[in-house]
Amino acid sequence: MQHGKYRFIVGFLALPLGLYALFVVWPFIQSIYYSFTDWTGLSPEFKMVGFDNYSRMLDDDIFWKSLQHSLLFALLLPVVTIGLALFFAFMINVGGRKRKNGPVITGVRGSSFYKIVYFFPQVLSIAIVALLFAFAYNPDSGALNSLLRGIGLDDVQPLWLGDPDLALWAVMAVLVWSTVGFFVVLFSAGMASIPAEMYEAALLDGANRVTTFFRVTLPLLWDTVQSGWVYMGILALGAESFAVVQIMTTGPGGPDYSTTVMVLYVYQKAFRDGQAAYATTIGVALLVVTLAFAAVVMRLGRRERLEY
Amino acid sequence: MKTTETPAPLPAESGAPITKTDVRPPPPVKEKKEGTVLNVFSHGVLVIWAFMVVMPLLWAVMTSFKDDRSIFSSPWSLPDSLHFDNWSRAWTQANMSDYFLNTVLVVGGSLIGTLVLGSMAAYVLARFDFPGNRFIYFLFIGGMSFPIMLALVPLFYVVNNMGLLNTIHGLILVYIAYSLPFTVFFLTAFFRTLPTSIAEAAFVDGASHSRTFFQIMLPMAKPGLISVGIFNFLGQWNQYMLPTVLNTDPDKRVLTQGLVQLAVSQGYKGDWSGLFAGLVMAMLPVLAAYIIFQRQVVQGLTAGALK
Repeated sequence: MQHGKYRFIVGFLALPLGLYALFVVWPFIQSIYYSFTDWTGLSPEFKMVGFDNYSRMLDDDIFWKSLQHSLLFALLLPVVTIGLALFFAFMINVGGRKRKNGPVITGVRGSSFYKIVYFFPQVLSIAIVALLFAFAYNPDSGALNSLLRGIGLDDVQPLWLGDPDLALWAVMAVLVWSTVGFFVVLFSAGMASIPAEMYEAALLDGANRVTTFFRVTLPLLWDTVQSGWVYMGILALGAESFAVVQIMTTGPGGPDYSTTVMVLYVYQKAFRDGQAAYATTIGVALLVVTLAFAAVVMRLGRRERLEY
Repeated sequence: MKTTETPAPLPAESGAPITKTDVRPPPPVKEKKEGTVLNVFSHGVLVIWAFMVVMPLLWAVMTSFKDDRSIFSSPWSLPDSLHFDNWSRAWTQANMSDYFLNTVLVVGGSLIGTLVLGSMAAYVLARFDFPGNRFIYFLFIGGMSFPIMLALVPLFYVVNNMGLLNTIHGLILVYIAYSLPFTVFFLTAFFRTLPTSIAEAAFVDGASHSRTFFQIMLPMAKPGLISVGIFNFLGQWNQYMLPTVLNTDPDKRVLTQGLVQLAVSQGYKGDWSGLFAGLVMAMLPVLAAYIIFQRQVVQGLTAGALK
């Protein structure tokens, strides 16, 4: 297979690699370089300023707020989402009524129906989901508060996105709502491939369902849980949190910076305030946080791989 | 979650010491009762979540048929009559038709480009040994875990300098570039699983490398291309961040951008019913496609995570 091999390799790689280098790799390198300049983005002139942007960032209260919120997104969202998804997936796969002569463990009736419905939000754009919930959260005419009024809770009328103490949680709930289904389907597939004898053996040994979950299901599913965790964390630090916060909150990022996240702050500094260099500095911080997050999850989650 | 807990000895191994306690027969009554309680509980929990998923969507559909006054006065009541005019207003006056067209053009172009370029790169990386192979592979893969927003700041000016800002083809090129990491990752793994013998036979018979690729390997890779194609289609159709930064011309807006813009402008005009009609209009095709191609969509979207 030597004939014309290198010509072929170059011919096939040139276009994809060139496009990728120009639009992805090169901008990444540039932005690290720009973080040491005073480039505004508005004029082509700039000069090197050393670590000025970085020391400014460390004194920037809004940066610290955005960092805090982004960390909360990356740590809490995967835990809640994956926890809920594992719970639902376990219910779908082992919660079935025992049938005569059937296997000890069965899925609930209508399990495929649940999986189809739960997956709905995953195929919708996060932008559409965010818009929908922005209306549902509307304090006067939104679905949520009128539901509360409907069941007689006239005094409980939260401002939701208008309340600085509540807004961040309201935004996070939307991300949980839209991603749980994906993980339910993912974990269900994993659970379905665990041999039924394992459950039978555990139950015969007197283990109850809770023990079975922690001692059999979870260890065998660990690889999937871990990669799901990293995946969700990266989304929660990046594109998804940008869309929900930018679309749903006032400001965006408000009220009173209570919902601002790093990715939104980068966007605002670069494209609203004309401080492109400072924006890339925050972007570099976001890069560090993202890579550290992935490394920590991979490291903490490392355990012996179980073959079955 | 207890992540530090060491895995319990698997039940399969504990079959050996059947000496004293294991002899007792399982209490059948209690077992059955536990099963029933669990069954009722699981159904309860599962139905509640299904309800929570469907209600907001149904609420949106319902609201899109109401007039503005009843949207505000009684958000949960059924529409008194079906106001189809909301839908036609959204389609024509609110430019939903333009947004649809732009999205179809952008996604159509970038989907084809992503699959062609992605499979070319993946094939070479999976099947040929050459210096720098690993480096290029990891360069592609690295793009999956980097925060895109960091690159978008300089990218805006790169695209602007090339005269591609606010153009459909510029957006297509950027979409392709940012879809390549996952596509290359997925298809490289896929090409490695395909048998080598057929391609070698074709090559011995005198087919060129590129002919072998297009006529033999690509057809064999069809299942992988479908999975990754669905993944990219949904990702590109639903894309919000890239067009928000790189596509600021009102006439070139894609669906997601257009809707968000509509929400801002309709806020002033007060045409909420039209906006809801637009939202539902954007939701329905994707949901319908999902219900029809359910198995393939789920496979495509979960394929990466299961690898």
